[in-house]
Amino acid sequence: MFDTLILILDSTVRLSTPLLLAALAGLYSERSGVFDIGLEGKMLGAAFAAGAAAAVTGSAWLGLAAGILLSVALALVHGFACITHRGNQIVSGVAINFLAMGLTALLGQAWFSQGGRTPPVSGDARFANLVWPFAESLRDVPVLGGLYSELLSGHNILVYAAFLAVPFSWWVLFRTRFGLRLRAVGENPAAVDTAGISVAWLRYRAVICTGILCGLAGSYLAIAQSAGFISNMTAGKGFIALAALIFAKWKPVPVMFACLLFGFLDAVAIRLQGQQVPGIGEVPVQAIQALPYILTVILLAGFIGKAVPPRAGGVAYVKERG
Amino acid sequence: MSEELAIELVGIDKRFGPVHANKNIDLKVRKGSIHGIVGENGAGKSTLMSILYGFYHADGGEIRVDGKAVSIAGSQAAIALGIGMVHQHFMLVENFTVLENVILGAEGGPVLAGGVSRARAELKRLAADYDLKVDPDAVIGDLPVGLQQRVEILKALFRGADILILDEPTGVLTPAEADHLFRILRVLRDEGKTVLLITHKLREIMAATDHVSVMRRGEIVATRKTQKTSMGELAELMVGRRVLLEVAKGPATPGRPVLQVEGLTVRDGRGVDVVRDVSLEVRAGEIVGIAGVSGNGQSQLLEAIAGIRKVRSGSVTVDGTRIDLAATEVDAARMRRLGLAHVPEDRHRMGLVTRFPECENAILGYHHDPAYGRGAFLDYDAIRTAAREKIEKYDIRPPQCMLKTANFSGGNQQKIVLAREIERDPVILLVGQPTRGVDIGAIEFIHKRLVALRDAGKGVLLVSVELDEIRALADRVLVMFDGRVVGERAPETEDSELGLLMAGAAGQEAAE
Amino acid sequence: MTAGQLPRWADYILMPAINVAAAFIVSGLVVLLIGENPIEAVKVLVWGSLGWNEGIGFTLFYATNFIFTGLAVAIAFHAGLFNIGGEGQAYLGGLGVALACLALDRYVPWWVTLPFAVAGAAAFGAAWAFIPAVLQAKRGSHVVITTIMFNFIAASLMVYLLVNVMSKPGSMQPETRTFEDGGRLPLLQDVLPFTDFGSAPVNFSFLLALAACLFVWVLVWRTRLGYEIRTFGANQTAAVYAGISPVRITVVTMLISGGLAGMMAINEIMGSQHRLLIEFVSGYGFVGIAVALMGRAHPVGIVFAAILFGMLYQGGAELAFEMPAITRDMIVVIQGLVILFAGALEHMFRPALLRVFGVLSAPAGTPA
Repeated sequence: MFDTLILILDSTVRLSTPLLLAALAGLYSERSGVFDIGLEGKMLGAAFAAGAAAAVTGSAWLGLAAGILLSVALALVHGFACITHRGNQIVSGVAINFLAMGLTALLGQAWFSQGGRTPPVSGDARFANLVWPFAESLRDVPVLGGLYSELLSGHNILVYAAFLAVPFSWWVLFRTRFGLRLRAVGENPAAVDTAGISVAWLRYRAVICTGILCGLAGSYLAIAQSAGFISNMTAGKGFIALAALIFAKWKPVPVMFACLLFGFLDAVAIRLQGQQVPGIGEVPVQAIQALPYILTVILLAGFIGKAVPPRAGGVAYVKERG
Repeated sequence: MSEELAIELVGIDKRFGPVHANKNIDLKVRKGSIHGIVGENGAGKSTLMSILYGFYHADGGEIRVDGKAVSIAGSQAAIALGIGMVHQHFMLVENFTVLENVILGAEGGPVLAGGVSRARAELKRLAADYDLKVDPDAVIGDLPVGLQQRVEILKALFRGADILILDEPTGVLTPAEADHLFRILRVLRDEGKTVLLITHKLREIMAATDHVSVMRRGEIVATRKTQKTSMGELAELMVGRRVLLEVAKGPATPGRPVLQVEGLTVRDGRGVDVVRDVSLEVRAGEIVGIAGVSGNGQSQLLEAIAGIRKVRSGSVTVDGTRIDLAATEVDAARMRRLGLAHVPEDRHRMGLVTRFPECENAILGYHHDPAYGRGAFLDYDAIRTAAREKIEKYDIRPPQCMLKTANFSGGNQQKIVLAREIERDPVILLVGQPTRGVDIGAIEFIHKRLVALRDAGKGVLLVSVELDEIRALADRVLVMFDGRVVGERAPETEDSELGLLMAGAAGQEAAE
Repeated sequence: MTAGQLPRWADYILMPAINVAAAFIVSGLVVLLIGENPIEAVKVLVWGSLGWNEGIGFTLFYATNFIFTGLAVAIAFHAGLFNIGGEGQAYLGGLGVALACLALDRYVPWWVTLPFAVAGAAAFGAAWAFIPAVLQAKRGSHVVITTIMFNFIAASLMVYLLVNVMSKPGSMQPETRTFEDGGRLPLLQDVLPFTDFGSAPVNFSFLLALAACLFVWVLVWRTRLGYEIRTFGANQTAAVYAGISPVRITVVTMLISGGLAGMMAINEIMGSQHRLLIEFVSGYGFVGIAVALMGRAHPVGIVFAAILFGMLYQGGAELAFEMPAITRDMIVVIQGLVILFAGALEHMFRPALLRVFGVLSAPAGTPA
């Protein structure tokens, strides 16, 4: 029973990681007043670029760089449409999701001819799991040993990066000049403008941060968790991340807990697939899979606290005349 | 006061498309003085100040600060030159603390920690020097507007402003808060700062400034020493001719009551009662004016009576039908059916859908009227015919009922609203700020229409922040202060007496 | 700011045309990137979709789906709402159609089943839009987010139903039994004389889609409700001032929108598949966004945009056959680009166009 729990928690961590990276990504953009429902697309794009680059170069790090690069490029398209041209942020996000979905599948097939996949990667082309000191020897220590060697040790570097990104993002948002300005521009861009700070440049920097983190998330999927890109491999994770971001009311630490919760639900659903649970019978896995979305809707309905989005979110900044 | 100039503007010119907002402006502002700029809405004051603060670029002309010609590319450049601005709509982040708002843009380093403690000390010093006390850790949204404005001033001073521009600073203040503001401005002046005060209220110019420049239609038409001018002269300069806001009207013959309001209380989103236990009555054949400094609950009162705003308690009786506003679901459509028409204060935001053609706006709120269609359907032939009739009758220009409403001038847009509301033959008309942003010709027309409506035996409830307008039109004047009706007077009552009421003289001592 | 205005025709026809052209030019670049000839690709695409009867039939079949989902997005646009949940609403609409067909197909002819199927499609689609609508109207939760969430919830729900409840007894396939004749719509060529679409599945639903266009046009521009919807979409404060209930308009509009999206299932389920199966919507709900943007939320524009996307879907299949490097994913790319250029970047070319028109009309001069 305990081992099962540890295993579920272990896969919770693995499954939460891409959600966490993507949700933190969304945090930067949305806190600056640029809504982003294109997290999914940026992740997918990054996964493809990372998978392709890692397969071609044989280096996971170059794969990661390519993933981040493409994700940032897509983020800049979003910025160009929403910040420079004051386009509708939702529409732009939808467009980026389709672009990424289409382009990755199309180019994947055209370049690698493996049914939309990138060639499988291994060795240096993939992020290996880091085994912590004494993980093997401590394995048999009751309780703590399992926790240490299964839960803490044995993940790849991006997992640790994701969880370190939580305190780091908190620090950036609440303890730095950039964070202060970023939060301000999401609430009242006119206040930022009259303080002599460029609203556009600030928001561009925010969406670039979003791009970088989505790049990490996508790369994690393709060259850390899996051994290559598979067509549409994000499978809605970008939207779960979005749900987690809303569920966490746009705050970094709660974002982590929301992602862990949603990751846990996913892990449980996988575990329970086709299994008979005593007293219940076969658990409808679909119900567990739908739970993150249902929870988010209930939250949005105001039944669990109130989710107040950044006030200037969704609206392009236009200088008022006089 | 020295003879040195803090600011000198030479030939500043600015156009927005066809609108010539600033024409060849020359202005000299002495260092260490309070300089007022007065003019009607739309005279170009705000545009001029926005140019000075780098928000807009002038098409031509030169700006000199401390005698040196400068180019102000943006707010950052203005701040660097020691220019600070307190905007009409505060530029504050509501869920930030005072301290966070003050340091925004002047954080003093990429990491906040050091800057914050320095700012805290500086705020303490400013508070002591200029009598500007605010709790640095209070969240802006929780502060009353007077204190929020103080934060705006602190923001400017924190950035080392020597020249402070205040754009219509008293619009949202109570008279007591306004007096406090003027005291602060005098302290600032005595400490050597230069203050530019933009307003359209002559009283404030007389009370607070050393010099005054008058703007009219984008030009500066005169500059005077405040002591050597009078409100009369300034008023004349502002409008360009001696306007006697007098409308030819006979004595009222009030009939039966057409509108009765009893015990109306409105609570706003922040949980503050903005209208408190207001009762009033309007009879057929009279115009009742509500005077008051803007922001004392008049707008909410009007909206509550019109059925647009939720109330806490109170009832309205229209032409004999009593409605308990708190207990029943009321909307504007129901009130309209009872014979209540409403010309809202803000025609762009509320009274019109500017992207619709004129004829569609001519039925807004009356689109269920059987005259405009049958069953679920609208009859556009009938709608256009009716619209053309109103265009003719109200001399709306251009006379094109399919033209997009945004393309009409302010005065003509107001006529579209007025025609719509009056021509459906209401028993009571609510009117808010009927001539705001309207040219003089249209003002006369609108005033005549309202009096004609009264003479036709209808009731009119008029809200205006222009005391002169209230005087000219109303048969009885109610004064609102802090959400209450604090008195009723005849329109001939002395300025000073009405002013005292508007300033809440009754409760003043208790508040101080 | 107060810059000049474009003539109406430029605003309604030229601007969208330029935007869509930009999307296709970039698509051409993508084709080049893959190493194929874009001109050739266009030839194959056009011929494949319009060059032969069956191709036209398929084009119209896809267009039928897109008209419904496009109208669904468009009607919400008019109320200032963004219904991104067409996918889920259409999915649930399929359930409504299937229930009607499964109940009636053995007893009555198709034209008796049809009204029930239409009612089922519209009712289930509308029901799926109802909760997001109420949450937006009463609780202020953003309809964009809730409809996205409801798409995923719909997917889980339908998989559950098809696997555990509705699947054919003794079958592992997640689908219902195949409908009998009473649950199948006739092909368009059997209804319209002198038409021949080969084996293409274009069916009676196409006429239904055209009727829906007329319905939406009349609703939006000729009824009091439409006036209220447009007023609410353009200026919510003015709508309240005019006595229009925001709650009512939000809910009613979303119900209509969800109902239209649900109707898409008539074409797929009753017109073509003749059984309910998982993932039959396969993105058609999202295409509605592109179609509505491209058609500028006007029924006539939507018909043209839907046919264009129908061509892409049909021609794209031919293209994938002729040029294997260009898979059907190309359609998704084009779709994304159309949404980007006709939607998010719709104003990008406006300043340039204004300058062109300014130069052209300068000598005439315009009275202020």
